[in-house]
Amino acid sequence: MRRIVPLLCFAAFASVPLWLQDPYLLNALITTGIFIIGAMSMNLLLGFTGQLSLGHIAFFGIGAYVSALTSLGFDAEIFGGYRLVHAPYPPVAGFALAVVIAGLCGYLVGRLSFRVRGAYFVIVTISFAEVVRLIALNWVELTQGPLALTNIPSITIGLPGLGYLTLKTKLQNCYLVLTIAGIAYLLIYGLVHSHYGRAMRALMENETLAVSVGIDVTRALTLTAVISAAIAGAAGSLYAHYIRIIDPEVFAFISTVTMVIMVVSGGKGSLAGPVVGGVIFGLLPVFLRPIMAPEAQWIAYGLVLVAILFVLPRGIVPSLAPKLAFAFRLAKPKPVIASERTAEERP
Amino acid sequence: MAETVLSIEHVGVQFGGLHAISDMNFQVGQGEIVSLIGPNGAGKTTAFNVVTGFLKPSKGAVRYCGKDLQGLRPHEIADLGLIRTFQRTSVFPNDTVFDNVLIGLHRQGKLGLIEAILRLPRARASERRLRECAAELVRLVGLEARAQDLAGSLSYGEQRLVGVAIALAAQPKMLLMDEPVSGMNASETHTFVQLIRKIRDSGVTILLVEHDMPMVMSVSDRIVVLNYGRIIAEGPPDAIRANPAVIEAYLGQSARDAANKVASHA
Repeated sequence: MRRIVPLLCFAAFASVPLWLQDPYLLNALITTGIFIIGAMSMNLLLGFTGQLSLGHIAFFGIGAYVSALTSLGFDAEIFGGYRLVHAPYPPVAGFALAVVIAGLCGYLVGRLSFRVRGAYFVIVTISFAEVVRLIALNWVELTQGPLALTNIPSITIGLPGLGYLTLKTKLQNCYLVLTIAGIAYLLIYGLVHSHYGRAMRALMENETLAVSVGIDVTRALTLTAVISAAIAGAAGSLYAHYIRIIDPEVFAFISTVTMVIMVVSGGKGSLAGPVVGGVIFGLLPVFLRPIMAPEAQWIAYGLVLVAILFVLPRGIVPSLAPKLAFAFRLAKPKPVIASERTAEERP
Repeated sequence: MAETVLSIEHVGVQFGGLHAISDMNFQVGQGEIVSLIGPNGAGKTTAFNVVTGFLKPSKGAVRYCGKDLQGLRPHEIADLGLIRTFQRTSVFPNDTVFDNVLIGLHRQGKLGLIEAILRLPRARASERRLRECAAELVRLVGLEARAQDLAGSLSYGEQRLVGVAIALAAQPKMLLMDEPVSGMNASETHTFVQLIRKIRDSGVTILLVEHDMPMVMSVSDRIVVLNYGRIIAEGPPDAIRANPAVIEAYLGQSARDAANKVASHA
């Protein structure tokens, strides 16, 4: 059952592009999907370790820029007259590099801030995002600054000898995003259900006790930050190759806020939370657009958020899940314990 | 005395101008049950915090199996097999008792990240082993009926047992327990004393901080008495019971006179 529900959801998402032909809606679906991946990565930090990364968009943006620059090539002065010249690589290499470099940035930020944590982590991440945005804006030689990086190639997949496929259409991109989202979901699922996930939960609940049984706080948190940042970087890379033009606006603070809203409304600390919250708040503007002026849309957006958190203060999934027995295991699976109990109860 | 496991060498702790511990010096031998007692504020919990790395001593050294613990962080000290329980907040309240113990098994479940995420066969085997281990520990402390309840919903006495199970899960060579029977009734305490003996018989050295005197007297091999950050007496329970300095520390000067009077009359 526990496996069936996510699989059914995945299948439902996969079927959407088959009956939905409207390119505008498909576009909304793809960008929403990309943001849901970002929200899932944020949920890993916020929901499972309790650390709020208010500069999470930095990792997303870094992924976007790294991926774009790798596939476009660049010729920029690093320092002291030394020039770094890079010939264009295939976009897939850009994607891989985006994941690695975003992960490295996650390591740096984690190392810097996790010795003190809490409010400090929030501040360090905000500052980090702002610094990266300013670099993207001002290092014109590398990033084109406000002129934006344009003509970013679409992702090409394939194997030597089997032929290549460039994912140009919305349909193809839709499945690409869905695939990466599925992989990210499985990755996070595996992590939080391993003993690493238990260590994370323990730190959030009672840090002193966790430390006393030999859990290394800094290591556990840094590891989580690395994985979270890497997933955000992957989302950024997808964004760059789908939109095919990026400027420093990808680092806008409002995007981080959107992710926080998706995570908190869906339910932080539940795997399905960011997906549910992401679908609602990613697609809400699409449905509001025909019936409301843009200003009114933002108000409606806020009202929906307030309404959700008023009625379901812990977020949609954790609040509703206990009422739906099957969804409960989806939200907080405790599989083997259940069998453990039956084993003990058996005479 | 058997081989020394823990040796506290002239440790002093100062908080600003306050000497929480002025000069503490004692050893714990392999397989012993030693109790650290003293009136409130005598520095017992401070001593625990120093030994387990939660506090840095202002002077002196703590040696565990001959290794200086100076500069080690708490989780590194735990990795050496020196595990403690806490006076309060001793559980992960939002997890089941079973999961609490499972978290305690962290040290034994170390796996590569990739195999843990992908649940490769080695990870599955390790997970199964941990679960068996956890079930056994839950049985050992006698909480199998509550295994699936949230630890935060248990009674105070039961939570202490969970705390012990978590500590045992970390495979201690030496266990430090901070007031383990506070909040327990007499019969719970009695069961707990048997549990402590069982733990010791499995080869774990135990250092206790406790206020419950009958319990301390019945379980300890040796008692160290602290007052105002100093050791005022050390020895087997019978000697401590009769020690005038100890009686004075607990009951005051007049009580000592009274005790002497009683003794002279007897």
